[in-house]
Amino acid sequence: MTPGEELPPLTVPITRTLVIAGAIASRDYQDVHHDAEAARAKGSPDIFMNILTTNGLVGRYVTDYVTGRAGPKAVLRKVSIRLGVPSYPGDVLVLTGRILSVNERTIEISVVGTNRLGRHVTGTVLVALPSRTAA
Amino acid sequence: MRSVDDVHHLLKPFEGRPVAVSAPARDPVNAPMIRHWCEAMGDTNPAYAGPDPIAPPTMLQAWTLPGLSGALSGRTPAGRGSVGHTSAHDELFALLDGAGYTAVVATDCEQEYVRPLRPGDEITFDSVIESVSPRKATRIGAGYFITTMMRVRVAGELVGTHRFRILKYAPVSGRLTEKPTEPPRPDRTARPARPRPVVNRDNAPFWEGVAAHKLLIQRCAACGALRFPWLPGCGRCGSPEWGTVEASGSGTVYSYVVMHHPPFPAFDPPYAVALVELAEGVRMISSITGVPHDGVRIGMSVELEFIRVDAGWELPVFRARSEGPEGEVA
Repeated sequence: MTPGEELPPLTVPITRTLVIAGAIASRDYQDVHHDAEAARAKGSPDIFMNILTTNGLVGRYVTDYVTGRAGPKAVLRKVSIRLGVPSYPGDVLVLTGRILSVNERTIEISVVGTNRLGRHVTGTVLVALPSRTAA
Repeated sequence: MRSVDDVHHLLKPFEGRPVAVSAPARDPVNAPMIRHWCEAMGDTNPAYAGPDPIAPPTMLQAWTLPGLSGALSGRTPAGRGSVGHTSAHDELFALLDGAGYTAVVATDCEQEYVRPLRPGDEITFDSVIESVSPRKATRIGAGYFITTMMRVRVAGELVGTHRFRILKYAPVSGRLTEKPTEPPRPDRTARPARPRPVVNRDNAPFWEGVAAHKLLIQRCAACGALRFPWLPGCGRCGSPEWGTVEASGSGTVYSYVVMHHPPFPAFDPPYAVALVELAEGVRMISSITGVPHDGVRIGMSVELEFIRVDAGWELPVFRARSEGPEGEVA
């Protein structure tokens, strides 16, 4: 893992099930995430994925990569994301990442997620690497 | 009259106001919620399963949300979700709802995780309104960015922080994120009417002539110069006095173009537009009938006729003579 290295992209089909299951699993009952009629009444063409699900997908993308390289003890320290265009059912979200910095203890990775409308999410993630002496 | 940005001075005092003080989470950190989350996200990280799992750190905010009963009844009803909550959030939202900023979208989430959460951890949290932006115009509508900062604790120990930014906005109808619709295709059976001529006191006698199947040319009453199209004064001597001469109807194609693009709804390209020189010497723009658009030629001999283009009105056009230009002015 070296700065500038690209992570393999992750393609996530945004199904209606993912949007709703993600909202409910995150205890987010805002109607725009599960009720298409209510979403349309608020000016959205359909329900859209909530930010907690985006956050969870970004975390999954990065930990899958880092734990695959550094072992299961690697753990998230910071996740900062900014949302751009929404993700609607039927969209395909493609997450890409690049290593920004690496040291003995941490690795920092930038993540971009795009769908047909443009950039859905941009963010940076800091992961603590397992130390050799402590669990 | 109040300006549209008027509410900002009412919003500003909310900065620094606590939303939650030592508010308890609805449930302790627990394995079933962790499992539901991992299933929804498709996250198979072994650290989140097994006999001693940690919670996915990105679940941090999920532990603090009120859940369905909170969403249905607001934050004020009795129940665990409302304990420790102030009225600041409800007041701020009521103010913005009342001003028309009724919709909410989350824009930013910045989380730091001090230590992993494990099943059994009892969470409390403090939340404060960090900032309220001035009114901003965005792609989805104008509104205010509201940033809150939350500190999450277990038994008094800080385990994580969560900075969250939302846009509270007035939705614009006709979202830009809609899929673009196909442009309407021209319906050949219901073609729009041709543009109508502007008839005024300077040219009304010309259109009266057309209605009587006469093509009238203006002639200056002072110098005798013929002119076409119709104008209030003589281009040669400036006199406003004029009379008319009826055209014989003979002419030749002086020049032409063939229109292919852009299409105009009332017309059906390709078609020829000709500059016809009348036997009297003036020129007029018109259509050529009797030949296809690619059969029009410079020097072609033509003869005046009137066609009815829409119900109620006619136009002078020129029909190509079937024979060659013998006997005509070259």
